[in-house]
Amino acid sequence: MEMINLTIDNKKIQVEKGTSLLDAAKTVGINIPTLCYLHLHDLDITNKPAGCRICVVEVKGRRNLAPACVTECTEGMEVNTHNIRVLNARKTVMELILSDHPTDCLVCAKSGNCELQSLAHELGIRKLHYQGEQSHYREDTSPAIIRDVDKCIMCRRCEMMCNDVQTVGVLSAVNRGFMSVVAPAFEMNLDHSVCTYCGQCVAVCPTGALTEVDHTNSVIRALADPSKTVIVQTAPAVRAALGEEFGMEPGTLVTGKLVAALRRLGFDYVFDTDFAADLTIMEEGTELLDRLNRHLSGDKDVKLPILTSCCPGWVNFFEHQFPEMRDIPSTARSPQQMFGSIAKTYFADKLGIKRENMVVVSIMPCLAKKYECARDEFKVDGNPDVDFAVSTRELANLIKQSNIDFNSLDDDDFDRPLGESTGAGVIFGVTGGVIEAATRTAYEVFTGKKLEKVEFQQLRGMEWVRSATVDFDGLPIKIGIAHGLGNARKLLEDVRDGKADFHAIEIMACPGGCIGGGGQPLHHGDSSILKARTAAIYREDESKVIRKSHENPFIIQLYEEFLGKPCSHKSHQLLHTHYFDKSKAVEIE
Amino acid sequence: MATFKMHLLVCGGTGCRASESENLFHNLRTGIIQKGLENDVQVLTTGCFGFCEKGPIVKVLPDNTFYTMVKPEDAGEIIEEHIIKGRKVQRLLYVNPLTSEKVEDSKHMGFYRKQLRIALRNCGFIDPENIDEYIARDGYAALGTCLTEMTPEQVIELMKKSGLRGRGGGGFPTGLKWEITRASKADQKYVVCNADEGDPGAFMDRSILEGDPHSVIEAMAICGYCIEATKGLVYIRAEYPLAIERLKIAIKQAREYGLLGKDILGTGFDFDIELRYGAGAFVCGEETALIHSMEGFRGEPTVKPPFPSVSGYNGKPTNVNNVETFANVPVIINRGAEWFASIGTEKSKGTKVFALAGKINNVGLIEVPMGITLREVIYEIGGGIKEGKKFKAVQTGGPSGGCLTEKHLDTPIDYDNLIAAGSMMGSGGMIVMDEDDCMVSIAKFYLDFTVEESCGKCAPCRIGNKRLNEILEKICKGEGSMEDIALLRNLSNVVKDTSLCGLGQTSPNPVLSTLDNFYDEYLAHVNERKCPSGQCKALLQYWIEPENCVGCTACARNCPVNAIAGERKGVHIIDQATCIKCGACMEKCKFNAVFIK
Repeated sequence: MEMINLTIDNKKIQVEKGTSLLDAAKTVGINIPTLCYLHLHDLDITNKPAGCRICVVEVKGRRNLAPACVTECTEGMEVNTHNIRVLNARKTVMELILSDHPTDCLVCAKSGNCELQSLAHELGIRKLHYQGEQSHYREDTSPAIIRDVDKCIMCRRCEMMCNDVQTVGVLSAVNRGFMSVVAPAFEMNLDHSVCTYCGQCVAVCPTGALTEVDHTNSVIRALADPSKTVIVQTAPAVRAALGEEFGMEPGTLVTGKLVAALRRLGFDYVFDTDFAADLTIMEEGTELLDRLNRHLSGDKDVKLPILTSCCPGWVNFFEHQFPEMRDIPSTARSPQQMFGSIAKTYFADKLGIKRENMVVVSIMPCLAKKYECARDEFKVDGNPDVDFAVSTRELANLIKQSNIDFNSLDDDDFDRPLGESTGAGVIFGVTGGVIEAATRTAYEVFTGKKLEKVEFQQLRGMEWVRSATVDFDGLPIKIGIAHGLGNARKLLEDVRDGKADFHAIEIMACPGGCIGGGGQPLHHGDSSILKARTAAIYREDESKVIRKSHENPFIIQLYEEFLGKPCSHKSHQLLHTHYFDKSKAVEIE
Repeated sequence: MATFKMHLLVCGGTGCRASESENLFHNLRTGIIQKGLENDVQVLTTGCFGFCEKGPIVKVLPDNTFYTMVKPEDAGEIIEEHIIKGRKVQRLLYVNPLTSEKVEDSKHMGFYRKQLRIALRNCGFIDPENIDEYIARDGYAALGTCLTEMTPEQVIELMKKSGLRGRGGGGFPTGLKWEITRASKADQKYVVCNADEGDPGAFMDRSILEGDPHSVIEAMAICGYCIEATKGLVYIRAEYPLAIERLKIAIKQAREYGLLGKDILGTGFDFDIELRYGAGAFVCGEETALIHSMEGFRGEPTVKPPFPSVSGYNGKPTNVNNVETFANVPVIINRGAEWFASIGTEKSKGTKVFALAGKINNVGLIEVPMGITLREVIYEIGGGIKEGKKFKAVQTGGPSGGCLTEKHLDTPIDYDNLIAAGSMMGSGGMIVMDEDDCMVSIAKFYLDFTVEESCGKCAPCRIGNKRLNEILEKICKGEGSMEDIALLRNLSNVVKDTSLCGLGQTSPNPVLSTLDNFYDEYLAHVNERKCPSGQCKALLQYWIEPENCVGCTACARNCPVNAIAGERKGVHIIDQATCIKCGACMEKCKFNAVFIK
């Protein structure tokens, strides 16, 4: 490896060829401020358009200041990161950015968690010397995401996520000069685009330009309504991230505190989406085995591979982009919707109340869940199976609003019957988890043998596209896994073109799976947070006594009492769905 | 051409066509046929003569008679008098604005005398739609020489020796660029011709493509040979329909002659050219933005390195040169590096084409040797300032250039001197200003353009230029303060220092150069709330001199906002609060009673 010698702020250093000034400076304790730059190391996601010009430094011999994020170190370089020329330029550019930014920080959804705000503070901006016209755009509220693009600073992170990582292609820069902004084509609203509501744009937005639709007030109203029985379900990834909102180390599991907080908030029943995840495995796993058996018996019409369908961002993606393949994914609803459906039938019956008097709230790491629960096919006479999907961030806010000292809460347990879950349900929160959970059950059902070891290490990891073969007692079952919709696209194109040979494929829209969802606490570009959450999920799995979905006693009871057997007629009515061709859904008005 | 006794060259450039030169051509040709002279007199459409202000232009060879502002109906008289009777049509001859004398032929016109036309050598001389005429003027000889007698390395060495630098504004040595692109290894490389001419008022590239498209095609092929590229792309503004049409014709003819396509001249070298249309964004003249636009992406620049010569179009090594740069190449090969290097200054060789405009007598396209002074250009070629007014400044380098003054008039023009003087060569805009021009307004005028044309990618250019423009507007309105001037200077420096591409790195030049050279005007706007040139409307007031006013009421009757009060035969008064400063009163007053304060 070729080494480069250079001087930064009078410190002599040696770095590998190809290192950027920004990274080189870090090695000697010099943190050059950045704004548009984003680097998710473990996922190999980088945004460095060099557009904000905050990271500019002086390189001796150069006419202009150089952006540290994209300038490679060269031999003998002499760099100054904070002389008066650099500081003046950096602060002036920051003042310029702020001069075209609303100053309603006190009531902004991102206040306190805004990278622009923090940077303005760090740079000691006390006055805006340059003031003038501000650019104004129409606000856009979709079922899941709000675009308040007056607050867009053109960092292009969302555009990078939407195009390069997710290949959804909704967001891009439009207009020229002062009026340029990131928006869907023709500045249409998101709900007139092919947006999947994956929320990865929201997850990386440094300002309040992209935020989620906030349902906390609706939840507060429901909880205050004595005529309503309000029940809550929490997705697996929430417990591995919520603690971050209360200053805990990333990767801290807060399952018990989460339950306690929800109970204090006044929910009548605190349940677990993991229960519904176990139910999903029963339905999806049965569907997989059914297709597999038919395939093995020579049925040429059977659709293999089967694709998972629990990720609503992914469902939106294939409905828009691959509608001709919509008969391949499993018809099983997502755990959120299975839960809502069972809650408002089975559980409502048990309580003896009408579905209209039950409110189901879900706590989700995901923004697409907001859209999913509003879909017409998940309503009965206009009443949705899930009333409100609230993000991890919104829940944290709700807890704070309700004066609950989260950190001092004692652990509490989920209610039964819909709060009991297995380790298989928990790992739904990470990439590879759904297929691992399905494998645990499908193996035992297919082979009739007991699994010696429930962990399938070959299905885990952070690589974008993974494949593994699991031995089903002599029958090699080929499994594909992709996270990030761009990787899903690659895999799907291979399937379409007959290049991929899989029996089952798991797809998660978000990098890392649900732990990296658009509704999670913001990672601000630190991918070690995603790794810590992943580890926490697997720890939770290991701590469970029961780790296979089909062994969940309350699942067994549900089938005995209510559903009959997996993929029964009743299951199909309540737990399965169908998909739409949305390729023509977007029309230019 | 040899068989004809006389040639009538009719300008077929965009400017002259807009003044009916096509009809003129038609009338001349049918007139010649009617008189049975078609075997003796050839009527030709040519490219631009450069003297666009006086178009349409008809040049008669061999006597070099230069007719200006010729109308289609003048065709009969030219044929009858000049062709048949041998008497020049006096009323159509060019009149020297300084001496008011008629000039008999182009060789005696100041506009042409100091010019040296290398890039424009064929413009206004050959029919651009006929490859034979180009070939008759040594066209494609250079390509032949390169392919059959020289190695690519030798051609590059020759280009380096010639000292040719990029004419698009950057001034990067052309031979070196070719050498770097040649050194990049790839299965496919590209030659790109940058024809996205975007400076307001500049039309040198358009004129070359309209008047001599083959010179660019030939040069692109030579470049392709040198860098081992088989594909050429011309990125051209869609607003240049005539240039596009002539390029298409030229490419087709070159293919028919085996000068483009497979196995050129039997040497085994393959090269072909396609066109890519731009939507007219100024920033797309920046090579990375141009490449992104060609790829179908938003036309905005990316950080260099990587340079296009390493990773350009579709990620492949790409050599981007400007039209004028290419137009120089065949001549350099034909006449040698030493010849070319003998023209110009130490570090800037050859000639440069300028679009000469503004308050000057001879407006048009000129090509001059590097090292010529601004004074020679303005007073000898340009014929001096219009209406005998006083020279104030000359702005070079397009919208991001600087304004130079009297003290720079004797500076030899080259890349380095212009930068040292606070301006730049740019792609060759040259706009002359006289005593009536307000330099603060001029700076604002250019900022209006760059604000509009910024791609919006980087913050200093997107917001900084807007704020600069707003401060200038404030000053022009008489609302500026000394602090604003300080802010203007700081912001100008920061925008230059921090912007991503050449657009933002140069856009404050008009502000900085006017601050440096015309600081008094800024002070007058700020401290005295006055615009010395009387251009800033907000700062001027119309008054009526009571001693001159006879009370005719003409001003009051013509005032569109009823701002003037006064009895018949009594002195009139303008209400300053109502006045919109349209100047109608001053125009209508026959007694010189209205004046500006």
